[in-house]
Amino acid sequence: MALSPDEVRKVGSLARLALTDDEVEHLTPQLNDLLSQFERLQAVDTTGVPAMSHSVPVKAFLREDVIVPSLPRAVVLAMGPEVDELLGGFVVPQVLAGDA
Amino acid sequence: MSDITTLSATEIAAAVRGGTLSAAAVTDAFLARIAAVDPQVGAFLTVTADAARNAAAAVDAKIAAGIDPGKLAGVPIAIKDNMCTLGVATTCASKILDGFIPPYDATVITRLQDAGAVIIGKTNLDEFAMGSSSENSALGVTRNPWDLSKVPGGSSGGSAAAVAARLVPISLGSDTGGSIRQPAAFCGTLGLKPTYGRVSRFGLVAFASSLDQIGPFANTVDDIALAMEVLSGHDPKDSTSLPIDAPELVNESNGDIKGLRVGIPDEYFAEGISEPVRAAVMQVVDKLVELGAVVTHISMPHTEYTLPAYYIVAPAEASSNLARYDGVRYGNRAPKTLSHSDLAEKTREQGFGAEVKRRILIGTYALSAGYYDAFYHKAMQVRTLIQQDFIKAFEHVDVLITPTTPTTAFGIGEKSDDPLAMKLSDICTLSANLAGVPGISIPAGFDDAGLPFGVQLLGPALSEAMLLKVSRSYLDATHWNEQAPEL
Repeated sequence: MALSPDEVRKVGSLARLALTDDEVEHLTPQLNDLLSQFERLQAVDTTGVPAMSHSVPVKAFLREDVIVPSLPRAVVLAMGPEVDELLGGFVVPQVLAGDA
Repeated sequence: MSDITTLSATEIAAAVRGGTLSAAAVTDAFLARIAAVDPQVGAFLTVTADAARNAAAAVDAKIAAGIDPGKLAGVPIAIKDNMCTLGVATTCASKILDGFIPPYDATVITRLQDAGAVIIGKTNLDEFAMGSSSENSALGVTRNPWDLSKVPGGSSGGSAAAVAARLVPISLGSDTGGSIRQPAAFCGTLGLKPTYGRVSRFGLVAFASSLDQIGPFANTVDDIALAMEVLSGHDPKDSTSLPIDAPELVNESNGDIKGLRVGIPDEYFAEGISEPVRAAVMQVVDKLVELGAVVTHISMPHTEYTLPAYYIVAPAEASSNLARYDGVRYGNRAPKTLSHSDLAEKTREQGFGAEVKRRILIGTYALSAGYYDAFYHKAMQVRTLIQQDFIKAFEHVDVLITPTTPTTAFGIGEKSDDPLAMKLSDICTLSANLAGVPGISIPAGFDDAGLPFGVQLLGPALSEAMLLKVSRSYLDATHWNEQAPEL
């Protein structure tokens, strides 16, 4: 089990990383080094073993249904790299395909 | 005033609360030492001198008014720069968070401030806490105070170096796979990773949410205990916070260790552990026996699967947690992009460093269609087996003793382009995060080159008081924690 440079590029795209050709070349053997470690897990008999997502049993709980203050909109928008204060939102490039 | 910086947090808080030392004098003394020493060490990314002086003045005003400022009155504390601080840049040592000024404090910051502590600055780390040497920081190099050509460990390298260099008596780190204990060992300080859920993660920038835990560095057991009394306890803002109160650690960690059952898990002494490190652990074992402990060898058969299980679970969670950095709501943004996905891809490509990208890629791959069962699900099952190893071990012993790291601190640049070799330096610490149990690294002497050894103690969930009791017994008998580097 080893990743090809094209597969690394595809995973990069899934992860929203526009990797350069140099990076793909450098990263591919490094990722395969780590993947080769993973193969050892296949030797473990996990029949009937439950999967653990958290080390302590965590139950989602509901808080009292009382309104508590949130961050003011202006404070949240102040963090944004590009905002429209008049409309009160973050500015992003076009989301849907089509003529810009 | 330089003698103030040799005081422990416990001594400082007692003197400030007793009115024999002002918080202002303490803050000035530590700020002066940071200005004099940190240019060599590079522990801090930001020193908040003005805010620290204001906080100290507020503590002194309370004393003057007859109000007790709290358990950490006037104690300067450094914070790893992945915990949100209101109005103070929080970078995670990443270019992608350039310009991010949090609009709120992490719960740990609020708790420290409510106890009278003085936040004095933010410390360097591996980008997003991913690494073992602090060399993955995009913002600067931190050096080991014992030998400036060596790494301080990581990811909480700045916080460990700050305490080792006596720039602060207490600092906070976060530990996802050893990021408190490993740098504590390399820098010769104490470093505690609490039980998962003991300390609120609210405001800690998430890396791997089921593994992350905040904990303290200090040079004395009392200071670790004091910090944990303030930091611990339920927080409704963290859904994984345990619904239990903070423990009484300062008092409950006193007493002898006669009859204490110490386990040596043989698998932790396998390939890769250097002979001097093995010998250092055995010296600690001998000392504990001298102090009344009973030692047995035990087996934890799934130990060899810790590294692969960890490096699936942690990157899988990281790839999801770090999806939020898309250049829209905070931090850096790539210029001149054509679409939302173009914006995200270019912002992330330019903003993340190599190790963060590697982990995002591994995590994304492990969670992708067709590989989820083979990788992520399998790793979660193996995680159960690793936790069961701990549960079975603690049926026979009270505490486990292992090396914290396979070697003492390595050189800057030595492993920076070999990600797998770097990861092997965490081989002894990863299991505690997977199992959720607490662990502490304590100083245990020095190698021939004068670099500190660290020894790890692991206990069952919520056994912090016992871990501190064992640490106290050993350090009272050896005083290794009182050694300080010359800077």
